[in-house]
Amino acid sequence: MQTSYRSSARILLPVRPWFIACSLAVALLLNLLPTAAWPGLPDWLALVLVFWSVREPRRVGMGLAFLAGIAMDVADAGLLGQHALAYVLAVYGGGALSRRILWFPLAQQALHVLPLLLLVQLVQVAVRLVAGADFPGFGYFLGPLLATLLWPVLTFALLLPQHQPVDHDANRPL
Amino acid sequence: MEHQPPPFFKRGPAPLALLSFYVAIAVALLVIDARLQALDVVRQALSLFTHPLQQLAHLPAHSVAGAGDYFVSLAHLREENARLQQARIEKATTLLRTQQLEVENERLRKLLGVRERQQASGQVAQILYAARDPYTRRIVIDKGQQDQIAAGLPVIDDAGVVGQVTRVFPFVAEVTLITDKEQAVPVQIVRTGQRSVVFGLGNGQLELRFLPANADVQNGDVLVTSGLDGIFLPGFPVARVVHVERDTSYSFARIFCMPLAGVENFSEVIVLEQRPPVALPTELTPAAGGREAKAAKSTQARKKRLRRD
Repeated sequence: MQTSYRSSARILLPVRPWFIACSLAVALLLNLLPTAAWPGLPDWLALVLVFWSVREPRRVGMGLAFLAGIAMDVADAGLLGQHALAYVLAVYGGGALSRRILWFPLAQQALHVLPLLLLVQLVQVAVRLVAGADFPGFGYFLGPLLATLLWPVLTFALLLPQHQPVDHDANRPL
Repeated sequence: MEHQPPPFFKRGPAPLALLSFYVAIAVALLVIDARLQALDVVRQALSLFTHPLQQLAHLPAHSVAGAGDYFVSLAHLREENARLQQARIEKATTLLRTQQLEVENERLRKLLGVRERQQASGQVAQILYAARDPYTRRIVIDKGQQDQIAAGLPVIDDAGVVGQVTRVFPFVAEVTLITDKEQAVPVQIVRTGQRSVVFGLGNGQLELRFLPANADVQNGDVLVTSGLDGIFLPGFPVARVVHVERDTSYSFARIFCMPLAGVENFSEVIVLEQRPPVALPTELTPAAGGREAKAAKSTQARKKRLRRD
């Protein structure tokens, strides 16, 4: 667990590795839902990867991001390596910013995360434009905006298993 | 002053080194995939892991659709049934004569000594979903290597050409739609018999390119496959011309078409079988080319030897 803005208010339990794995698997499944008709949906896997890279930079690193990206590339019928490149860059950014981000309140944390998620989309657009595809339209960049709005909700949901019961003891107040 | 960290602070390679390592691998993969198209085996192997996950993810959508089908009203089904009956009877006149015509055509062709037309045959496949990649127009069907699907096979539905199989996985295959930006189909205009090539535009439309500004093309002209590519059988409807722009400052007309098949709908398609390869002229066959190249090489070698002597 890292020092954070609210660490004085609430001490979190250490994270369980299987919970990280489960959350990543659920995000991958959400990404695989047949949602090709709605281009504005967030990239769940990128969001969860960035979340854990900020919270637990020593557990969720670039290797995991690379594997997740390759899985997305195969499932997505895109170029092999396009998601991998984007996720690796975003997770590097998340890890590098993790010491800074957690000192801010949630709204400002979300503002830090927005550029990372935009980077994920921008890298993919750049790769595909170089490979000869058309610009997919600005609806493609709605996903990161939506994902940024979801950051506080996601923080609450993914940190729930680490919350301790609020149990005030008169003799040992901590 | 350099400090060596104690061993329990060691965290593996520096993040920047790791980053450059992974970025290098990703870029190499991208280049190999985009330029050399040499990673299909890797894709097939990886799809063995992602395919079950995808099936799991599509379960809710399929079950919702299935439940929707179950509760379709009786009135709707009756209406559809009546419509289909009507269509069947309307088509019966042409269909009944088609058999006779085919037999007659076969006989005439034999008389003329022309090779017989190939019968179209194929297998029905279900469209599973549209690929999530927003840059391409692709669909995934539920037949793969298990069903002898190969890359390059043409795909049609009940109204016309849908696309072409581009990647095959063990259980599924990817079909690039004719509306994809990188897909081209050789076609013939039914009314005039003129041949051309129709290209996808990436926005659900097609464009007939490289026809002169005064070409005889009208709105409503139907394009069918010309069969010159050796992949599509001739005569399958492809598209209908919807808009012709003739600008005298350009030498070509801009002709926009809409696909006739339900290209972007979810339904069933037919994957046609491979056409027998069209025989190339003798001077173009690889064996002859190889012999020529070898002959050229040997003459060069002989010249070199002569010079050396």
